[in-house]
Amino acid sequence: MSGLINFLQRLGAFIIDGMAGLGRSVTFLISVLMGFKDVLLRPRLLIREIYSVGVLSLLIIFFSAIFVGMVVSLLGYTILVDFGGEESLGLLVALTLVRELAPVLGALLFSGRAGSAVTAEIGLMKATEQLASMEMMAVDPIRRIVAPRFFAGLISLPILTIIFMAVGVYSGYLVGSEWKGVDAGSFWSQIQNKVEFRHDIINGIIKSIVFAFVVTWIAVYQGYHAMPTSEGVSKATTNSVVYSALAILGLDFVLTAMMFAS
Amino acid sequence: MSNSLVKIRDVHFSWDGRRDIYSGVDLDIPEGKVTAIMGPSGTGKTTMLRLIGGQLKPTQGSVEVAGQEIPKLNRKALYLARRRMGMLFQSGALLTDLSTFENIAFPIREHYDFSETMIRDIVLMKLELVGLRGARDLMPSELSGGMKRRVALARAIVLDPVLMMYDEPFTGLDPVTLGTIVTLIKELNNALGLTSVIVSHDIGETFSIADHVCILSEGKIVAAGSPEELKNSDSAFVQQFVNGHPDGPMPFHYPADDYAEDLLKGHKS
Ligand SMILES: Nc1ncnc2c1ncn2[C@@H]1O[C@H](COP(=O)(O)OP(=O)(O)OP(=O)(O)O)[C@@H](O)[C@H]1O
Ligand SMILES: [Mg+2]
Repeated sequence: MSGLINFLQRLGAFIIDGMAGLGRSVTFLISVLMGFKDVLLRPRLLIREIYSVGVLSLLIIFFSAIFVGMVVSLLGYTILVDFGGEESLGLLVALTLVRELAPVLGALLFSGRAGSAVTAEIGLMKATEQLASMEMMAVDPIRRIVAPRFFAGLISLPILTIIFMAVGVYSGYLVGSEWKGVDAGSFWSQIQNKVEFRHDIINGIIKSIVFAFVVTWIAVYQGYHAMPTSEGVSKATTNSVVYSALAILGLDFVLTAMMFAS
Repeated sequence: MSNSLVKIRDVHFSWDGRRDIYSGVDLDIPEGKVTAIMGPSGTGKTTMLRLIGGQLKPTQGSVEVAGQEIPKLNRKALYLARRRMGMLFQSGALLTDLSTFENIAFPIREHYDFSETMIRDIVLMKLELVGLRGARDLMPSELSGGMKRRVALARAIVLDPVLMMYDEPFTGLDPVTLGTIVTLIKELNNALGLTSVIVSHDIGETFSIADHVCILSEGKIVAAGSPEELKNSDSAFVQQFVNGHPDGPMPFHYPADDYAEDLLKGHKS
């Protein structure tokens, strides 16, 4: 009996904590979104963050896309060739990349490369009282530090995802046609005929926008609410990457079901 | 006594919702004077400055600065009120990705649309005051602890605040710099008509420049008055604090269980 009560108590505490955390992160998100006007008024801050969050992630996105495109093309070829369907290779590569791999892998890489950096940077600024000293200089750290990073992430990831799609498909084409001798004309014409701009490409981009929103939200929230110690910052950085990965994969299933299941 | 710029009434505050670190503090900070808040380590002196700056809200009681009730202000009004406050943080809290020069220029750039020449003039003036004009291009990581504190001081006064709060301005300074900073604080107060609040343990330096001293201990103001009055006070507590005797009514320990009992606990199981 007391075991049951104990369990119920713990469950209650867990739910209350969870709700409180959810409430905190939503209020935090709202105050970050309120900083949109300040970001517009000072585009220089935004551009600097787009550079450190987005431009500096280009290299990892670029090379990952090359390898992923090559692997998908190679694996696809070995399957299709058994059915004599290798002229559909282009379609297979394009659809897997555009619908699934570019948004998901792009977001995972982005959270590891940029999200973790944002979390660590904001967390350290908190631990060293830089955020508190800004507040006392009448500068709101949410608008000056957090909002530019949030919007930079929101803008960067979808663009990186589009780059991932293009580079991945092209490297898949190179493997297919240069190495495996698939006819270049049928590779591209299959893509042109069967990949729908609205349905496939737009939906892939929508996925990436949703992921960008969630990944940067988690990153700035974890940083801003980190315990102001070195251990706290390291925990926040880990959480940022772990929660982002879970959120990306979970949401990916939901979005895929909504977009492509029927 | 002149008007109070800061009026604190019956303030209670708790970090964790359990242990109250103040049990009803009343504190007046007279306008145009140097007020020192002293007290044993960990009694909540830094916390008091944060309550005045609106970074924390009291669980009960009122904190009034220049006639404004700080905990009740909305975000915008609070940020406006803060433009007239300067705070020197115990750690300095410089922005680590900006140079010394840019750290001091930061508040000006954020709030005003001044020309580069004007910003340069203001920043160099403030740097000269703290003797670091030559260090303007160094990054915070290249400064010593004392130098950081001086840069932070220059930054805190750059917007010409009405109320200056110094958290431990004297620790970690060599004797010459210490003398300069003490004079500087006094001069800023007199020349610019600032109101200054100093949090410090340093009896000698603090008593030499403070007009008014409050001693905070165990959640209450236990003594207040001019340095002379405190030196001549007949309270055992004040005497112990001012003279630094190890034995007396002032608690040195963080609240804890009985010592012997605590030690025994480890042997029982
Ligand atoms: N962020 C925090 N979270 C929880 N408790 C805190 C926090 N900061 C301070 N405290 C507690 O509040 C009390 C007062 O701390 P505060 O920093 O105001 O002391 P102080 O008087 O400035 O001490 P010192 O002279 O050593 O700087 C301490 O008992 C401390 O344990
Ligand atoms: Mg302190």
